[in-house]
Amino acid sequence: MNQASSAKSKIELLIASIARSLEGCRHVAVGASSPIPGAGALLAKHLSKNTMRVSILGSERHNFFTDGGVELFDLAAQGRIDAFFLGGGQIDGDGNINLVGAGDTYPQHTVRWPGSFGSAYMYYLVPKVILFREEHSRRVFVPKVDFISSPGSSSNNIYRRGGPMSLLTNLCKFSFNKNENEFRLESLHPGVTLEEVLNNTGFSFTHPKKIPVTELPSYEMMNTIQSLIQDQLSEIYPIFAKRMAAFQKG
Amino acid sequence: MKSNPIFVSLANLVQFISDGDKIAIPKDTSGVAMSATKELIKKNLKNLHIVCVPIGGIQADMLIGAGLVSTVESSAITLGEYGTGPRFLQALKNNEIKMLDSTCPAIYAGLQAAEKGIPFIPLRGIIGSDLLENRSDWKVGENPFSEDDPIVFLKAIRPDVCIFHAHSADKHGNVFVGRNRDLITLAHASACTLVTVEKIIDDDFLSDNLRAGATLPAIYTSAISVAERGAEPLAFGEEYAEDQEFLTKYSIAAKTQAGFEKFIASWLSA
Repeated sequence: MNQASSAKSKIELLIASIARSLEGCRHVAVGASSPIPGAGALLAKHLSKNTMRVSILGSERHNFFTDGGVELFDLAAQGRIDAFFLGGGQIDGDGNINLVGAGDTYPQHTVRWPGSFGSAYMYYLVPKVILFREEHSRRVFVPKVDFISSPGSSSNNIYRRGGPMSLLTNLCKFSFNKNENEFRLESLHPGVTLEEVLNNTGFSFTHPKKIPVTELPSYEMMNTIQSLIQDQLSEIYPIFAKRMAAFQKG
Repeated sequence: MKSNPIFVSLANLVQFISDGDKIAIPKDTSGVAMSATKELIKKNLKNLHIVCVPIGGIQADMLIGAGLVSTVESSAITLGEYGTGPRFLQALKNNEIKMLDSTCPAIYAGLQAAEKGIPFIPLRGIIGSDLLENRSDWKVGENPFSEDDPIVFLKAIRPDVCIFHAHSADKHGNVFVGRNRDLITLAHASACTLVTVEKIIDDDFLSDNLRAGATLPAIYTSAISVAERGAEPLAFGEEYAEDQEFLTKYSIAAKTQAGFEKFIASWLSA
């Protein structure tokens, strides 16, 4: 397998994995700059025979909002969104996410990222938040984040019906146990070892004795992904769509 | 149409903005007044407090790089697929700007409080986020209708001025915004609203029920300028796509102040 086709199949695996975890959702929303979650949500919608609603920020076509940017947050507050995606420059073992910066002290962090977006709200209010971060490394998965854009959990008196459901990376998929406040390794992507995950994760997590391999995309999924990316994602993520198209040719 | 003082040139449009103003600008997909941004930079305004609704892009990065901005209130500054705003990063590192990190719904809610003329508004979420510790204009209070239900109170955001780009204006100065309702929120909340439009149409949008609901009535607007392709290099609805070459070149050039200045000089003279 050459490098381009291996990168392409990794992306397809991630998209399929996201689609599987969205099964049964009525309405999935996708934030800005999230091409893989966007593709996963559109794939899930296709698999649901279009009974699932998908709203992608920044899209004219995949977006029924008529009340401006505030509508996404109002929908979330009312419980009208079942699933959402968040990432982070850093994510720690308590599910805290950091989209602001790392090193030194705020606001003069050594490394600064764009900012918290809607995370300090959506993480509390959307029941299923899927954490997605391709890079699986100790600089991302840290013992404790340098800045909490949004906490993974809150004390009992804080109004909160949402939080982390799972964490998907380039290497594996974790679930989040809300009672124990910790991640559990659910599956390893093909060819990845537990040792590799342990070496690249800065927080501790639990795992079953025998760890399953992440399920590969079905034939139907593969076909759908190719047409989705070419026909639908190019509107919102032109660079990503170009990159994928180059893989198809390559 | 010329007799109506609401229609002005781009250069005159920015005369409504003064040093030190709190100026609200929309996100990249809502209609960013990029042509007017050239005039803002030429006017060399100082000490602006920009409120990005709810995030900022190339416009915010340019205003920061050109030295117009002293305070940035935003949920993020990003060029999307082209990376984080390079001039924003540098200004933050050099301690040249005060950063008011926010979260998208808090910016919307603050503006909505201003729309209603109320001093603050409660919002869910946020408690436990480090954002809260850095905001003296956000406070945790108690839900007065319940027991032990802490909730965040946000001070209203009342911009001195907002500036954005929209599809069209009619001859009365009503502005058609379509689905970009953020522009209506901006105008309702701000003391002064400045608009650039693709075109002026000899019509009355308010007399047409199909358009009236997606129209910002002239009562909110202080001045309007025609700026054809006025959101370029950003995409503008179905009208035109983003200029990928421009955005790529900017993201590279603006990595250094010298590169940024050269890029802007050539953009201003184009």
